[in-house]
Amino acid sequence: MSAPGSPGRVLQAAPAPRPAILPDLWVGLFVIALGGLALWQAATIPTSPIYAQVGPKAVPFAIAAGLLLLGAGLTYAALRGGWSHTLEEMAEAPPTNWRAITLMLAGLLANLVLIGPCGFSIAASAQFVLVAAAFGSRHLLRDLGLAVVLTLLVWFGFVEGLGVNIGAGYLENLVLMALGQEIN
Amino acid sequence: MDPISGLALGFGHALSLANLGWALLGCFLGTAVGVLPGIGPALTIALLLPITFQVEATGAFILFCGVFYGAMYGGSTTSILLNTPGESGSIITALEGAKMARHGRAGPALATAAIGSFVAGTIGTLGISFLGPVVVELALKLGPAEYFALMVLCFVTVSAVLGGSPLRGLTSLFFGLLLGLIGIDLQTGQPRMTLGVPELLDGVNVVLVAVALFAVGETLHLAWRHAGGEPEVRPVGRLMMSRADWKRSIFPWLRGSLLGFPFGVMPAGGTEMPTMLSYYAEKKLAPPEAQQEFGTTGAIEGVAGPEAANNAAAAGVLVPMLTLGLPTSATAAIMLSAFQSYGINPGPLLFEQQGALVWTLIASLYVANVMLVVLNLPLVGLWARILKIPQPQLYAGILVFATIGTYGISNSVTDLVLLYVIGIIGMFMRRFDFPTAPVVIGMILGPMAEQAMRQALTISQGDWLTFVTRPGSLAILLLAVAALLGPRVYAAMRRAPG
Repeated sequence: MSAPGSPGRVLQAAPAPRPAILPDLWVGLFVIALGGLALWQAATIPTSPIYAQVGPKAVPFAIAAGLLLLGAGLTYAALRGGWSHTLEEMAEAPPTNWRAITLMLAGLLANLVLIGPCGFSIAASAQFVLVAAAFGSRHLLRDLGLAVVLTLLVWFGFVEGLGVNIGAGYLENLVLMALGQEIN
Repeated sequence: MDPISGLALGFGHALSLANLGWALLGCFLGTAVGVLPGIGPALTIALLLPITFQVEATGAFILFCGVFYGAMYGGSTTSILLNTPGESGSIITALEGAKMARHGRAGPALATAAIGSFVAGTIGTLGISFLGPVVVELALKLGPAEYFALMVLCFVTVSAVLGGSPLRGLTSLFFGLLLGLIGIDLQTGQPRMTLGVPELLDGVNVVLVAVALFAVGETLHLAWRHAGGEPEVRPVGRLMMSRADWKRSIFPWLRGSLLGFPFGVMPAGGTEMPTMLSYYAEKKLAPPEAQQEFGTTGAIEGVAGPEAANNAAAAGVLVPMLTLGLPTSATAAIMLSAFQSYGINPGPLLFEQQGALVWTLIASLYVANVMLVVLNLPLVGLWARILKIPQPQLYAGILVFATIGTYGISNSVTDLVLLYVIGIIGMFMRRFDFPTAPVVIGMILGPMAEQAMRQALTISQGDWLTFVTRPGSLAILLLAVAALLGPRVYAAMRRAPG
């Protein structure tokens, strides 16, 4: 199955040596790993004491098997030259924008870390500013102002308008205090 | 209930002041959010779902109907003025529509899309009204074995028949099936696939997955390849269609509608196929001088036909959703989960038990359709202005709404982690051309299919042959096999000489 074992065949399928098959190979391996994870989880489902014609394990096993098979199929397709280099969209796409993707992921991470201790508005504002920067915005302060207003509006809309209970953080409490409401 | 008395009842409810208000609000919100580039109807409804916390079922569904039709109107505006289709069904609209806009004919393109959507929406809604009860009659005869077979057919058609590659479509589907398994097994109470995380015992919310794939994944993918610069929004110009434009549009509207609706009704749901077929049909049928406009200056037929097909197919998807409880598009899957959040299970019994709700919903589809065509053409300037929101703030804002929609429901950081992890997977799915709709459909249909299968096996006392000895189930399963293998066998036969 591996490339060195049968170089002739692999080269025949892919006329030029392509670095592009490596990403596709990772996709295939990822799906196999997902199937493996599913298989492990299916095996650890406790056997039901209640009688049922088909227990709770049958379908999880079937889906795990399906994922393993599909992963193998994708891996095989990758070894035969892969598919993603044939995609029109990929051929026209500009190169990876590391700055943008790093800022984006930093934004998501900031939200995750801040939302517990500081509350929604601060966390989401941090995310807003970082995401806007990822897409090339250079007006940091303007974005921050926009973000604070937007996130507070959304928070109050959800809490007051829809009656959804989202814990108030520092910023929300400040606004509540300014409005003269009691903090509970 | 027969369609006429059903519609009479439905209009009675739908035309009340409060319900008209919901319809209007839905149309407005649906168009406004649907206009935002990259946001299709499924994500629009998913982002607006928190409204269900405060609104009773009828009002909420009238709102969603408005959103559903409105988001499609909005999507065509984006395709034409910005050349960024929000969902697969409007890719074809973007093809000719954006070319017309580039040559200063954005106005007629928007008008033919809007009126075509109205024509298709009306034909599609008529189809729902009269076909729905018929399908319900048939569906009441189906047992769990046939239901399971139908769901298998759905799985095959949404993942393996449409789209670029059956292998990748099926992988997406199985990813969705896996996500659907997470949580407590309904029949035995055993926790499954939870990795020992207590927050996962309740399962993964399908709306969370939709928002993760369509909002987070999409935004991440855009950032990955972000090259800077703002896309150009074409000016609308005069909206009026000339007499020739009308003449060239009428038949494409009708053909597109009649082509699109059956595709929506069949479990082969999806709007790519009918829009594509309509495009090729109109290109063939157009007079020679119009044929030269295809692909060059933009032909109005190429907007009118596919846009009608898109809307009729989207309306058709509501037939299996309401009558059988089978969602065949991502949008229908989200609507189904909205029903479930009210404790209502769509299916044949829905028409009997919730007759008033169903018929009010159908009547409000007519209402929404009229509202949209009346409202949207005059307001097109406003929608075009929404398109001018600069990208950085737009995507940052979308993520704020995605976050609060998820975090607000559960107050759980685990859900946010899940949102972002699935979002990152969604980004790679975009990069490697895996379709995302099968994930959402598999997630919501998977547990239903498993339940039907286990019920069928309980009835047959564990005999697996029940799926092939019952003629109905056998016929549907054979259809599924044919849909899966047919194209491959055909291709192999053509390749093999002699």
